[in-house]
Amino acid sequence: MTTPGDSAAEIWPLWEVFVRSNRGLSHVHVGSLHAPDETLAVRNARDLYTRRSEGVSVWVVPAAAITTSDPDAKGAFFESPAGKNYRHASYYSKSEGVKHL
Amino acid sequence: MTRTITPDTSATAVISVEEQQFNDLIEADSRIEPRDWMPEAYRKSLVRQISQHAHSEIIGMQPESNWITRAPSLKRKAILMAKVQDEAGHGLYLYSAAQTLGATRDDMTDALIAGKARYSSIFNYPTPSWADMGSIGWLVDGAAICNQVPLCRASYGPYGRAMVRICKEESFHQRQGFEILLELMQGTDEQRQMAQDSVNRWYWPALMMFGPPDDDSPNSAQSMAWKIKRHSNDELRQRFVNMLVPQAAVLGVTLPDPDLHFNEETQQWDLGTIDWTEFHEVLAGRGPNNAQRLQRRRDAHEDGAWVREAAAAYAVKQIALKQSAGTKEMAAS
Repeated sequence: MTTPGDSAAEIWPLWEVFVRSNRGLSHVHVGSLHAPDETLAVRNARDLYTRRSEGVSVWVVPAAAITTSDPDAKGAFFESPAGKNYRHASYYSKSEGVKHL
Repeated sequence: MTRTITPDTSATAVISVEEQQFNDLIEADSRIEPRDWMPEAYRKSLVRQISQHAHSEIIGMQPESNWITRAPSLKRKAILMAKVQDEAGHGLYLYSAAQTLGATRDDMTDALIAGKARYSSIFNYPTPSWADMGSIGWLVDGAAICNQVPLCRASYGPYGRAMVRICKEESFHQRQGFEILLELMQGTDEQRQMAQDSVNRWYWPALMMFGPPDDDSPNSAQSMAWKIKRHSNDELRQRFVNMLVPQAAVLGVTLPDPDLHFNEETQQWDLGTIDWTEFHEVLAGRGPNNAQRLQRRRDAHEDGAWVREAAAAYAVKQIALKQSAGTKEMAAS
């Protein structure tokens, strides 16, 4: 699938924007924007997504550079964890009532 | 992935696996994301709605930017600039959301400046007084919030997420407008008159922002079935008026509807008859400022062409420079 913005019909490509809201937290995807190159993409991201001190750091990634799992294969691709609830602490109920466990 | 198109020969239509998945997601009140399969009509309907919404934000900068140079104080000027900048930002969030559906930014811009795309009719009304900055914030942004809060739960993920950001920012817009009117209403007789006159002009157009009455709204039913839209036009309009009445009392302004009265039975405020001929006139391009708004947008786009071209040329040059530097490095090693 062609990424919108990555075509001859569009002069400027699309960028995905990630913002770190505070030191110690991950960068989180906040949206996308339109810019001719990475320098302007970072500046535009600041103007567009951090007008109210929402972040201390910004990442921009060309939308076309992102590889995703195939949404149509949803079931099969993410099947492995299903039925493996022993990977969660809540599976082990016999220790209920025992402190610090 | 190829889809098998099954001709509808049996009594019950056979639908593809993808369509069934789409229907299940909508049924479960989950979200549709950009790379999911979706019916062409759903995609088209969203592109139309999101791009119209984006255009409205962009054109919506004009009636207010009209007052930036003449704001009554430095504080009000700074607030107004921040608000107009927010509107530009809202337009950009929404254009990006439409791009995730395969629409291109350039096509959307071209449709707007060619006069082929619609935007909210409210922005075709003039702003002759400072009080209009108050009325736009209180009534126009107020109506927009009423419309947009349910859109935060729209079934298309990127649209809903853009609306969440927009709604957060809009609440400042509405409050600053209310405050402008409140200050005028606490001022001189002349200032009170200015505020009342402005409310008189904006009240009905603001109510028309919710769109035509339910029995005359062709796209509504499908849009609600797809869970893009969550409430009917009349329902949202009623909700808005119910909120406005007590706010108008705090301001001390009169809402210009002599038939407005509280209905004890429904516990709602019944409104008078809306003059839809005016709405259709403005929609048809015969509003007070339609031509001026489009011309201004077109001029801005054409005057800014050299900036876009220069930025694109610079980007291409930078890539070429990096590539040749890379080749040299390889040759050196």
